[in-house]
Amino acid sequence: MKILVTDGHGVEHEVEATDGWTIMEMIRDAGLPIKAECGGSCVCATCHVLVDAAWTDKLSAKNEEEVDMLDLALEVFDNSRLSCQIEFDPSMDGLKVTLAPDAIM
Amino acid sequence: MTEAAQETDVIIVGAGPVGLFAVFELGLLGLKTHLVDILDRVGGQCAELYPEKPIYDIPGIPICTGQELTDKLMEQIAPFSPQFHLSEMAEELTKLDNGNWRLKTDMGTVLEAPVLVIAAGGGSFVPKKPHLPGIEAYEDSSVFYAVRQMEKFRDRDVLIAGGGDSALDWFIALQPIAKSIALVHHRDGFRAAPHSVEAMREIVASGKGQLHIAQMKGLEGDAPNLSGVLVESKETGPAVIACDMLVPFYGLTMKLGPVAEFGINLEQNLIPVETEKFETSVPSIFAIGDINTYPGKLKLILSGFHEAALMSQEAFRLARPGERLRFQYTTSSSELQKKLGVR
Repeated sequence: MKILVTDGHGVEHEVEATDGWTIMEMIRDAGLPIKAECGGSCVCATCHVLVDAAWTDKLSAKNEEEVDMLDLALEVFDNSRLSCQIEFDPSMDGLKVTLAPDAIM
Repeated sequence: MTEAAQETDVIIVGAGPVGLFAVFELGLLGLKTHLVDILDRVGGQCAELYPEKPIYDIPGIPICTGQELTDKLMEQIAPFSPQFHLSEMAEELTKLDNGNWRLKTDMGTVLEAPVLVIAAGGGSFVPKKPHLPGIEAYEDSSVFYAVRQMEKFRDRDVLIAGGGDSALDWFIALQPIAKSIALVHHRDGFRAAPHSVEAMREIVASGKGQLHIAQMKGLEGDAPNLSGVLVESKETGPAVIACDMLVPFYGLTMKLGPVAEFGINLEQNLIPVETEKFETSVPSIFAIGDINTYPGKLKLILSGFHEAALMSQEAFRLARPGERLRFQYTTSSSELQKKLGVR
């Protein structure tokens, strides 16, 4: 299983996906330059990603904590998510996300 | 401004959990410490990012919040009377002829010691800056990331950006003195405390302030003088909010900052150390906690505690040349118990 992650230069990376891991953890583990400053505690918004249009409706909805914390992202779109709050399951095989500028190291 | 140097045994940059515990380990060996931190309180990430979040992996403490851990550490190190220099950034480091380090902060404080310990975690906490082209040219004249003197905002057209407590608190506080006040936030929902949201909505309903549900897209004006902020709303499209002061509140992010200029080898914004003494590429400068890197490094508070203990042994040898280090346990040593004030 895999996810596709586009970095700040527009380059797409294939990242190995693991059931039960968060998207942030997989991006970080792959060595891509994601800030994720708080390490997944949902208190900083520096793991902000933009989810590909084909996938936005397939993910579980944001909870209140994630919606609140997205306020700390510098520009928020309808497809904005905090990648530490999305837990991967096999239905997400092939998920495409782009690192938001404020998440890039 | 040149201030008289304050002399100590060890200067610690960063007053997070690892910097605080270093005070304890150094204190047991009889070494005095001064700590510098850019935040206005101790505790680092524990106090700034997750004061209310539980931590479960501190040995012997099944559960505590970031703030509780900070408070306990402060209690533990109190016998050693560490000196804190808060809201100050460690800015300039020089080596003196006598081999000591001289550290100057952005507030003009000057510290001198034979040993420097960098326990700066992810770096300095600095405000997040909106990605608006050319914003730097307006900073400190029309764009501010904090309100230090309210008088600066008197009779000005002020736009505040963000939806948290800082944004709403300042919207409410500046409203009576500003010529006009407006708030811009990307959604009609606010993270701030409910009573602040209510107070903000009352100001808006009474016409004394404006609320724009939109995102900032650009700045207008003749830098450094701002005349308006271009925003875009999902419902109504682009618009310009006239203002001559912009105060964005999007929280903090971490940047390595001036430590990068200290002449220490860096690896992707981390400081490589060896794992016997946790010394950096520069002798008598140590790095402990999240800021360092070595084979097998785990970014855990407990790793930082271990690193602080080993670092302290070498710090003693450097600060007390000629003296013999006596390794003792707090359970049995009357000397350590005296230092801790329990005997």
